Amino acid sequence: MKFNTYSSPHLPVAENVSAMMQKVLLALLPGIACAVWLFGWGILINILLASLTAMGAEALVLKVRRRPVKMALLDGSALLTAVLLALALPPLTPWWIPVVGTLFAIVVAKQLYGGLGYNPFNPAMVGYVVLLISFPLELTLWSAPGGYPGLLDTLTLVFTDTARTGAGLDALSMATPMDTIKTRLGLNQTLSEIYNPVLFGYFGGAAWEWINLGFLLGGLWLLQARVIQWQIPVGMLGGLFAMSLVFYLFNPDSYTSPTFHLFSGAAMLGAFFIATDPVSASTTPRGRLIYAAGIGILTYLIRTWGGYPDGVAFAVLLMNMAAPTIDHYTRPRVFGQS
Amino acid sequence: MDQVTDTDLSDRNAASRFERLYRFHGGLVLPGHHEISTSLPIKDAGVPPLLVIPLLQHIGETAEYLVKEGDYVHKGQMIAAPRGNVSAPVHASSSGTVIKLEERPFPHPSGFSFPSVVIETDGRDEWAEHAHTLPDYRQLSRVRLLDHIRAAGIVGLGGAGFPTQVKLSKGPGDRIDLLVINGVECEPYISCDNMLLQERSREVLEGVRILQHILQPRDCVIAIEADMQAAEAALRAAVTGMADTGIKVVCVPERYPSGGERQLIKVLTGREVPSQSFPSDIGIICQNVGTTAAVYRAVVENRPLVSRIVTVTGAGVKQPRNLEILIGTPFSYAVEACGGYSDDIDRLLMGGPMMGFAVSTDEIPVIKATNCILAVTREEMPPPVAALPCIRCGKCTEVCPADLLPQQLYWYAHSGNLDAAQDYSLFDCIECGCCAYVCPSHIPLVQYYRHAKTEIWNAEKQKKASDRARERHLSRQARLEHIKRERAERLARKKRAVSGKDGAREAAKKAAIQAALERVRKKKESEGISQKNVDNLSAEQAEKIREVDRRRQHKHSPGEH
Repeated sequence: MKFNTYSSPHLPVAENVSAMMQKVLLALLPGIACAVWLFGWGILINILLASLTAMGAEALVLKVRRRPVKMALLDGSALLTAVLLALALPPLTPWWIPVVGTLFAIVVAKQLYGGLGYNPFNPAMVGYVVLLISFPLELTLWSAPGGYPGLLDTLTLVFTDTARTGAGLDALSMATPMDTIKTRLGLNQTLSEIYNPVLFGYFGGAAWEWINLGFLLGGLWLLQARVIQWQIPVGMLGGLFAMSLVFYLFNPDSYTSPTFHLFSGAAMLGAFFIATDPVSASTTPRGRLIYAAGIGILTYLIRTWGGYPDGVAFAVLLMNMAAPTIDHYTRPRVFGQS
Repeated sequence: MDQVTDTDLSDRNAASRFERLYRFHGGLVLPGHHEISTSLPIKDAGVPPLLVIPLLQHIGETAEYLVKEGDYVHKGQMIAAPRGNVSAPVHASSSGTVIKLEERPFPHPSGFSFPSVVIETDGRDEWAEHAHTLPDYRQLSRVRLLDHIRAAGIVGLGGAGFPTQVKLSKGPGDRIDLLVINGVECEPYISCDNMLLQERSREVLEGVRILQHILQPRDCVIAIEADMQAAEAALRAAVTGMADTGIKVVCVPERYPSGGERQLIKVLTGREVPSQSFPSDIGIICQNVGTTAAVYRAVVENRPLVSRIVTVTGAGVKQPRNLEILIGTPFSYAVEACGGYSDDIDRLLMGGPMMGFAVSTDEIPVIKATNCILAVTREEMPPPVAALPCIRCGKCTEVCPADLLPQQLYWYAHSGNLDAAQDYSLFDCIECGCCAYVCPSHIPLVQYYRHAKTEIWNAEKQKKASDRARERHLSRQARLEHIKRERAERLARKKRAVSGKDGAREAAKKAAIQAALERVRKKKESEGISQKNVDNLSAEQAEKIREVDRRRQHKHSPGEH
């Protein structure tokens, strides 16, 4: 009798990429829900636009590269990139912002480097930084928490740049807490002078603390489901916490508190969903800790002294550059070797 | 705790030793599937009509034929002799006639054929009369016992097939601190060691005592897996029944590959066998329980290794169970003895589902290293799916029991950067398959590592060959150079000799010229060729002439300066 032969191991493989990606997308839901609750339809419109662009662009490039299209689309990586990028964008931004950002993320940052597994930089963050540098104004269009326009108004705004009521974007949008605080601190005001419940929530940035809590929840589930490992979230949040604690203790009137830093801006999204992108991250256990601590520290430096209110995206890209070197110097001790 | 020093071990008293177990990095808790084949007792598979016994069933040199076609052989008769130190003899597993000495398909991933003795059995299964029965082993020297174990053809039955007597041999000065009897059957589906311990724990223990007698270890541990309750009970009962054994039964947690020699030693002692060395280098020797039982049979019953227990299991076989099976029995016969294949059989493996290999035919013989024949269906183990690119998720690193970076190794193996792969300790990979099992991209990682290792071995072989060639070339060149130099010297010597003659001739010439000049001068003098018109010269003029004469004279007498 003749039999089929394959290479060992023969036990069916336990995991697969698309299941992993699906779990990550699922884990984003609590954070997305909070964001929609606070900032309205614009968040969903961004996600939708980015996702459609990502799938279209991925399919097109793969076709040009003569690679199997269906398998790549089903792996969910393009969709995840799109959603992560969309979550970094303000809700009232024009429609072409998520489209351009996603195109750059998928076509340039991912596919031109060889597609899934070969991109040295986090594609979502490349897309975001390109937008941030090219269109700074469009990236400030956050609505007041809870004070967002209705679906139809949002759609009109997003696609025509003006509200149906004729009100300009200025009237509807406002700066984020981190942005405002940074500007005022820059004007030599102290935190007690700046203090305002519109900016500060119970423990983090007003409104943003809930979004961060949502992402923290999803992230903890990812840890528990063993989709991600503890080193990156712990490293990044630890780095951010340590830096903010030192300066906060040094002068609490000029430096915002550690909890503010952990629960504002993209801290939790970054720690559990962005820095954990395995392709562009460090890959050794110790290396991941160093890589992530670097992101945390750089995020604090950029937030405090840099030109932008938040620094997660820049910090991630900078540490992406360092990842191969970190990997080289953090190889684990092999069993039986000294 | 990573390293435990010798003093740590000896400081603790014997009773508390091995109470505390250690962890090795990584590993997997796999679905066991052992129970599929443990509900029925071990069955004697009987004598097949044809036995195919390959000459190489062990690691080392191939054995040499001792029989020829047409010979009648008895069960247990040596039919091939070991060649060299690391080798093992092969015995007829049953009585019958040798009908062929030829290459036959061999259980190997590449499916090649190997020289084998084909025996047509006569069904009488008659043992050879042994020339002498062995006295009580306690009266025998270590060397004598080792010779006997070698003559019995015993090799590691855990799957590696390393000649047992080689493993037991050690320099007279080497001390063995710990003898580990490995009953940790960590790979799914396999249950032959489990069933052996359940049914024949006394044999195993007697074997252990023989090994203790040979090695004189300070400690002796029989390690089994925590879920082998029946085996544990049988073993403990047998140990209590024997007086003063010094044998300790230890249950290790279920975690693949805890049955790997290095992993098991780490679990038991916390010590790591250094990379590229053997357990005996740190005073530890590890033997499989099946091997131990075979030692008992050889030493106490004077029976060479002619059969072993094989697990025939998987959803692809109708009645999974363990068989006591003669070496050389075809796989097909073994499966027949277990009710035959089920209809949806897809793959046939030798060994377990993690480290075993798929074979394309069942017309291959059971060899000493065959611990399991695994017949699986498509449903049980679907064919591999297409691989995606590596996303560097690091799950492989998490589970690697050798603490390697499998994703980096893959990267280098894939791109053919074999130097870098070696730098990342490719040869510390034990091919356990944990990395491939957890890889979400379904990359056949182990296949890449095996391929890379083979490439490196081949390159090394080629390098050795080319080194030899270069050496040959260099020595030839040196030889030629030497010859050339000698010739040149000879030539130079000759030249010198020749030029010596020339000198003499030259001197003779000069002498002849000198003589001629002399003759001329004398002739001039005697013939009266004298100065003319010198009669009326002033004293001054006369002086000038003398002067010229002197100069002339001076000029004509060379050699004075």
